[in-house]
Amino acid sequence: MADETNLKLVERIGARTIGAARYVGGASLLLASTVGWTFRGLVSPKVRLDHRSLATQMVRVGVRSLGIVCLVQGFIGVILALQMEPPLKQFEQQSQIASIIGVAGFRMLGPIFTAVILSGFAGASIAAELGTMVVSEEIEAMDAMALNPVRFLVVPRVLATLTMMLLLTPIADMMIALGGYGISRGVLGPSVYNEYWKLMQNMLTYPDFFTGLTQGGVFGLLIGLIACYEGLNVRGGAEGVGRATTMTVVYSIVAIVLAACTFTVLFYVFEL
Amino acid sequence: MRVFFTMTDNDNNANRDDREPVIEVRGLVKRFGCHTVLSGVNLDVYPGEMLVIMGGSGCGKSTLLRHLIGSYIADEGTVKLFGQNVAELDDAAYDEFKKRFGVLFQSGALFNSMTVGENVALPLKEHTDLDDATIDIMVKIKLEQVGLRQAEDLMPSEISGGMKKRAGLARAVSLDPEILFYDEPSAGLDPVTSAEIDFLMMDLARKLGVASVVVTHEMDSAFRIADRMIMLDKGNVLMDGPRSDFEALRDSGLTGAPAKDTVRQFLRGDSEGPITQRRQNSGFEDDILNAAAGID
Ligand SMILES: Nc1ncnc2c1ncn2[C@@H]1O[C@H](COP(=O)(O)OP(=O)(O)O)[C@@H](O)[C@H]1O
Ligand SMILES: [Mg+2]
Repeated sequence: MADETNLKLVERIGARTIGAARYVGGASLLLASTVGWTFRGLVSPKVRLDHRSLATQMVRVGVRSLGIVCLVQGFIGVILALQMEPPLKQFEQQSQIASIIGVAGFRMLGPIFTAVILSGFAGASIAAELGTMVVSEEIEAMDAMALNPVRFLVVPRVLATLTMMLLLTPIADMMIALGGYGISRGVLGPSVYNEYWKLMQNMLTYPDFFTGLTQGGVFGLLIGLIACYEGLNVRGGAEGVGRATTMTVVYSIVAIVLAACTFTVLFYVFEL
Repeated sequence: MRVFFTMTDNDNNANRDDREPVIEVRGLVKRFGCHTVLSGVNLDVYPGEMLVIMGGSGCGKSTLLRHLIGSYIADEGTVKLFGQNVAELDDAAYDEFKKRFGVLFQSGALFNSMTVGENVALPLKEHTDLDDATIDIMVKIKLEQVGLRQAEDLMPSEISGGMKKRAGLARAVSLDPEILFYDEPSAGLDPVTSAEIDFLMMDLARKLGVASVVVTHEMDSAFRIADRMIMLDKGNVLMDGPRSDFEALRDSGLTGAPAKDTVRQFLRGDSEGPITQRRQNSGFEDDILNAAAGID
């Protein structure tokens, strides 16, 4: 009896593992194909990148999420400052709030929160859009017209999430810093805000900024890729589209956190 | 003069037509998991003819069509387009083939982010070297052919189901194809609109001289447009012949041959016959098995 349950468990773990491997494999193939078509779009005159659809996607992904990114990141700055003040005050170090917010914000919190917002904002809508296209046979129609869906649909969307993460990350970094400064002016007092910008500048190095930016770019790539993969693999009508949207957000967040962890380990090992 | 054969007896195949078929399917088998959807389908499509593939819902009509347009690869058997086995083509070569046929999907499958005109222009933009002005003129001509010139600047969401199909048709013929495929062209349309689409299909077939393959389960439409008909059932071709044969069978009495009577019931839309009986029997067996499984 116990053996049987164990066997079921092993079976289930096995099935999950195979499922995960298949997912990663499928998404990797999509990535390879996306990179291939992007490259051909850049070098081959016959396969031009569609600038208009790229621009449309960038507006949809980036511009429309700008407000919410600023809002959320500003509040992250406020939260950080308020949370850190009491313990730091015990050591008379509350002015270091600026240094800590700078490092935490630029290195990690800026890119990661922006990515989470974008996965819910842009990722979900990309998955829903492509999923709806699958359901209404538009993808099949493209294929039948010898128009490659990766080239026409995936490339502009992945490029848009990638570039928009690169552009939004510095803005997010600034908003965290501003949020911290704002709450210091309003609540925490001159011991924190007097030297706020100077301390932050002294603390921050270029690697702080660029490691954050790199991660932002990779998160953007992951969001676009997962959203397109989920969208293009929709099966079974409207229900499938709903499932794909949800799973896009879930898998994106998992992928973002895993990537962040990997990067952190790498940066730690290489002392970046 | 073409000599048609009535039922699927292969010894007549030789004197059937001197011309090369544009599509030749032999022994096509397709399985999804353990579910065999097509079990050895044979099929020829000749230049300029209108072939109607009929069959009940879920019998594999769309699956068969997807093999013809290259969306699915056969598990067994061969699909030849223009005399070339498609399994031997690489992606680039297949893309060239795809430019020689047009497909109208069930929903029209217009790209919702583009206007009707842009939809029709897309294949021309991507697959020809024509300049924008020429493409613009060609789009107007194609839209005129399907009676949609006034809708050029509308978005797909702003037009009716019938208009979407017309627009899809204009897009399908934009590259002057040699074969046109239709999946359930009259599904979801009122009888008048459906008849209009039928006449449009016949009109295009005549004007462009294309071969047409139409999947449908609407009998009125099938008898209106078909030169030749094929009845598909449970993944097999039950009957293949000219429209007159099917008309004769529809208007005849019961034949006593199970295959013929199945086709006859389908053509007449009778509520009693071999199809209904089969369903009842299979339901009964399932019920008994389920009940038996619940006993222990
Ligand atoms: N991609 C697929 N995966 C699994 N089963 C499929 C797939 N496509 C079709 N089928 C199954 O094949 C059968 C025939 O489908 P289809 O060709 O769409 O029928 P229809 O004659 O109504 O067009 C159905 O039972 C359907 O569930
Ligand atoms: Mg179908």
